[in-house]
Amino acid sequence: MSRPKLRAEKPSTPTPERLQEAKAERKMRRQHLRGRLDFKYSPYLYISPFFILFALVGLFPLIYTFVVSINDWDLLGGAGDWVGLKNYQAELASPLFWNSLFNTFSIFLLSAIPQLVVATFIAAMLDQNIRAKTFWRMSVLVPYVVTPVAVTLIFSTAFDEKYGLINNLLGALNLDTIAWKTDVFPSHMAIATMVNWRWTGYNALILLAAMQAVPRELHESAAIDGAGMIRRFFSITLPSIRPTMIFVIITATIGGLQIFTEPKLFNPSSSVPGGPDRQYQTTVLYLWDLAFNRGDFGRASAVAWMLFLIIIVIGVINFLISGTIASSSDKRRPRRIPGRKAKRVKAHLSGSLRESVNDE
Amino acid sequence: MSNATLQSTARPKLMRQVRNKNFSADRRPGFLTYGILLAFLIGSTYPLWYSFVIGSSTGAVFSSAWPPLLPGGQFWTNVAEVFDSVEFWAALGNSLIVSSVITFSVVTFSTLAGYAFAKLRFRGRQGLLVFVIATLAVPTQLGIIPMFMMMKELGWTGSLGAIMIPTLVTAFGVFFMRQYLVDNIPDELIEAARVDGASMIGTFWHVGVPAARPAMAILSLFTFMTAWTDYLWPMLVAPQTPTLQVALSQLQSARYVDYTIVMTGALMATIPLLLLFIVAGKQLVSGIMAGAVKG
Repeated sequence: MSRPKLRAEKPSTPTPERLQEAKAERKMRRQHLRGRLDFKYSPYLYISPFFILFALVGLFPLIYTFVVSINDWDLLGGAGDWVGLKNYQAELASPLFWNSLFNTFSIFLLSAIPQLVVATFIAAMLDQNIRAKTFWRMSVLVPYVVTPVAVTLIFSTAFDEKYGLINNLLGALNLDTIAWKTDVFPSHMAIATMVNWRWTGYNALILLAAMQAVPRELHESAAIDGAGMIRRFFSITLPSIRPTMIFVIITATIGGLQIFTEPKLFNPSSSVPGGPDRQYQTTVLYLWDLAFNRGDFGRASAVAWMLFLIIIVIGVINFLISGTIASSSDKRRPRRIPGRKAKRVKAHLSGSLRESVNDE
Repeated sequence: MSNATLQSTARPKLMRQVRNKNFSADRRPGFLTYGILLAFLIGSTYPLWYSFVIGSSTGAVFSSAWPPLLPGGQFWTNVAEVFDSVEFWAALGNSLIVSSVITFSVVTFSTLAGYAFAKLRFRGRQGLLVFVIATLAVPTQLGIIPMFMMMKELGWTGSLGAIMIPTLVTAFGVFFMRQYLVDNIPDELIEAARVDGASMIGTFWHVGVPAARPAMAILSLFTFMTAWTDYLWPMLVAPQTPTLQVALSQLQSARYVDYTIVMTGALMATIPLLLLFIVAGKQLVSGIMAGAVKG
């Protein structure tokens, strides 16, 4: 786009032609200006809806939670006195808060670990040269389309202490029935089962994608060297999917520490959310109870903020771990690899293998 | 699948020789693999079948010693009872509206912002993108208390709008679209459109959107599912206008729990997503495998 040249000449007498020309000039200039403004500011226009909305509905509430947490805030009474960190002190001294954290982490571990193991195993099965690939891949995803509420209702029925499927089966086998909804550990197992059922296949597909990114030639040359299937799994597949595994762990952590629906609906006959003795009351459930049943917004916000910090800290730790792994796998920049890690990298089969792993 | 065939045809000669010797990594797996996958399939589907068996029976089968396998004849009676207990159709409608609006909003704004981050140059781009990535892991759900206060202050509690508001945009959506568009629109194409005198929005519309369409489809699918399955916020802010999940949970909260009705309801609430799965299951699989989705 060239600049309009008409600018230099100044109209002395306004003849109709001159007027016409001046009009055309102004139009061109305007267009040019509009083009420049368009070029310069359009990007901001495109990203602003996201940032404005996100600031309003995502960040502001989160930050304002902190403001609420340092006040004696009440559901009905509204903002009360400024109390500093008293809500935090109260929560840190509250056995119910610690109980909820214990339950959350217990359920999280009971779901994350078996889930990762089984998902990796299923992914390895799917990674073979099987027939009807699409069918089997879709088949593992069926539980994912059942909503958490429906999952909880179904499993809550199956884990019913008197008539449930599981206890009936145990009884038929002459085993002791288990108090799934009243004992601490069994209830955690039951809730973890729901999470596992819904997410294992989903995670298997993510891991499968990572496995498929491993060059087949690597498997083939290892096979020529006489490595069996199991050996190849542990020496090739597992090391190469580690970044993806960490990605899966991070997302499972963020979701797992906020678990709410399953414990909330697990036992409808309990008047206390999370079991008669809060056997499986998770932190978000505790937070919800504190805020909306007992109306103590201040203390509930303190709980929310502490859980938020825990999730962020775990996220950062995960990020650092995965960062180390990513840099140790980066063969293109060998200088950045410290000695010990370099040895570990060398011990692995080849450079191309680790590079090819999709950097999540 | 097509990818796999492509790879195998492009494989060098050596490998073909190896395969002739019945090479192990390429061999069809044995019955054990299919057995394991079948067992997993049964485990994945039995709970649904179980809910149908219980949901189609009177209470008697519920206490039988062995896992019930065959449905009874009470299904439609129980369905009718679900209709009596909760406003099923209204809840279904609410869920459809809420999920559709959220999906439309998330996909529109994510595509716009993702396109800008991927293909346009502007001051502060790098910093803002880092901000988006950093917020990926922020659990915005923990802001429910001020969010609830805001909705109450505005008098919006109980409305469908209040359900939608917190999820109208997601950092994940922006990041996802950006990642896709960075690789899938050649810079030359945008240059060419500009040289031809297209405005910025014209370029976005005629170059960006067509290229983004596959990613938009996947993002729509997952956004819709996430919105559809949400429970905590809709239950909190608008129990009067329940979404399907909230209505379903209300089936259970009666003092006396009739499990046959609850199971029928659970099954009925699952049918819409099962239909979606039948239509778009392949896309769901490839979406997840593209590393597309955050858990």
